[in-house]
Amino acid sequence: MTAREHDPARRPAPTTGGGADGDAVVVTRGLTKRYGRVTAVDDLDLRVAAGDRYGFLGPNGSGKTTTVRMLLGLVHATSGEIEVLGRRVPRHAKDVLPEVGALVEGPGAYPHLSARANLRLLDAAGPARGGDPLAPDTGSRRTRRSRIEAALEQVGLTDVGRRPVRAYSLGMRQRLGLAAALLRGPRLLVLDEPTNGLDPRGIAEIRDLLLDLNRRGTAVFLSSHLLAEVELFCTRVGVLHRGRLVAQDDLDALRGPTGRTLVRVDDVDAATRVLGLPAARTTDDGLLVLDDLPVPEATAALVRGGVAVLEAAPERRTLEQSVLGLTS
Amino acid sequence: MIGVELRKLLGRPRTWVSIGLLCLLPVVVAVFLAVTGIAPRPGQGPTLLSAVLGNGALFPAAALGIVLPFFLPIAVAVQAGESVAGEAQSGTLRYLLVRPVGRTRLLVAKLVSVLAYTLLAVLSVAATGYLAGISLLGNSGQVTTTTLSGTTLTPADLAWRTGVMVLYIGWSMVGVASVALFLSTLTDSPLAAALGGLAVLVSSTVLVTLDAAGAVRDYLPTRYWLAWVDLFRDPVPWGDVTAGVLVQTGYVVVLLGAAWANFSTRDVTS
Ligand SMILES: Nc1ncnc2c1ncn2[C@@H]1O[C@H](COP(=O)(O)OP(=O)(O)O)[C@@H](O)[C@H]1O
Ligand SMILES: [Mg+2]
Repeated sequence: MTAREHDPARRPAPTTGGGADGDAVVVTRGLTKRYGRVTAVDDLDLRVAAGDRYGFLGPNGSGKTTTVRMLLGLVHATSGEIEVLGRRVPRHAKDVLPEVGALVEGPGAYPHLSARANLRLLDAAGPARGGDPLAPDTGSRRTRRSRIEAALEQVGLTDVGRRPVRAYSLGMRQRLGLAAALLRGPRLLVLDEPTNGLDPRGIAEIRDLLLDLNRRGTAVFLSSHLLAEVELFCTRVGVLHRGRLVAQDDLDALRGPTGRTLVRVDDVDAATRVLGLPAARTTDDGLLVLDDLPVPEATAALVRGGVAVLEAAPERRTLEQSVLGLTS
Repeated sequence: MIGVELRKLLGRPRTWVSIGLLCLLPVVVAVFLAVTGIAPRPGQGPTLLSAVLGNGALFPAAALGIVLPFFLPIAVAVQAGESVAGEAQSGTLRYLLVRPVGRTRLLVAKLVSVLAYTLLAVLSVAATGYLAGISLLGNSGQVTTTTLSGTTLTPADLAWRTGVMVLYIGWSMVGVASVALFLSTLTDSPLAAALGGLAVLVSSTVLVTLDAAGAVRDYLPTRYWLAWVDLFRDPVPWGDVTAGVLVQTGYVVVLLGAAWANFSTRDVTS
């Protein structure tokens, strides 16, 4: 069974993304990578739409980095197809990569040079524009200085001066890597564990930056092993488990209602007595769980029994529960 | 990309430190010779040294003769071994490739950078040798120079012979660079690539002296390394120099081809 077929009945109409393939920024079909005997990525069908904030979630060793490397043409797939920004990779990688910003498994920089010198070299190494003659010359030498300053400003690294990267903290290097990814105003950002080494405040700043870029039209493909990070940032989630995509859905669908209702009452013990087990159970934090008792009847019964109903709401799964359910 | 690589090369302190060290040794030798006036007897010690005492103008050749057996190959192997593996180790290789820089382009730029370094190193040693030779050993007012064969050379003769020698040694070093560059595309450790390259040279040097290895001797990379001494004989016996160029060319073509074939298709997982 492929991920596309995963529990189709439960999938709601997509609210973000999921449109026609025409506006997809990343599509893979049957993408597989084997290193000798290890199957790092197994029959992956990804789909990231323009404008998505896509969270690629999976524990360590599940194949996230390998997938990202294949999307960028660094690693060659054993089988399967990849399209990035509508063009086949790796065949047309040189046409699409100018419009992609990437952070793969930590930043990389020449330690003896400053942040600015690193960015200058990196920018000068690439072509001024993509393979399409009509593509914007986002890498032009004329704008290099101002683009570098803008990228450093975006990631909050303006005041590092001439200090060599050798003297940077891990968080500062991560910011520099992000600045390098932003240097050319990419249409698609592919970020592999971008918040490694950042403090909570830094993580929040970067999240705000990415949200802002996304509002202005940049699609973000973010791989992470941190549920909370994906839950806070992404609109769409792909869950990877041992190289296989076990779910790909909108975040809201993955956190969908469980069909049960949680009720907050003033006296839980009295409420359980009134409704009787097993119709009503209590959660650890003192909420009443109604499994299949209709809410109006239950509340009426509670009020009749002298229990005040403070609040009643459908229970939602957390992303964690969904993911654990899918990967165990 | 080539411009970027050259900027990286020239902007790195290590480039200049290593070249400075390469130049230092011949200067030290010249100082000792000048102070003591004791030259090695012909046939002993580094090539040509016995001839330079009365004749500082031969010292550039002697200087290259001093650094050629060890230091120059080490410097070139380290530089070439660093080329791709160094980018892998600093984590910059993947970012260059996704910038995107084509893999062939990157390899060519690395090769040009290594060639530039080699040329810079050889020329610096020759130039320092010349200055040290002239200023410390003097050219004793002679307009002509004596060859190893005892005949005399005009300064013009000496100049072209020295020029050919620089090119010949440079080309031998390109052979070294090819070995290390190829290894550099195989491993993500610059140290391993440089040491691998040196291991090849040391093995070759050992085998050249081994009679049992006579069958392959003429194809070993270091077999003709010292053939440039022939350039200072009269008339020049071109046989070994030509053979040396051909052998090196063979290694360079095969190894650079292998480096390209490997690097352009391999997975970059650094
Ligand atoms: N170069 C490699 N050679 C062999 N196996 C590898 C290589 N890179 C990754 N793997 C294996 O592939 C699997 C996925 O790794 P990776 O993509 O790095 O996962 P993640 O980024 O999700 O932590 C792991 O089992 C890992 O051991
Ligand atoms: Mg990873």
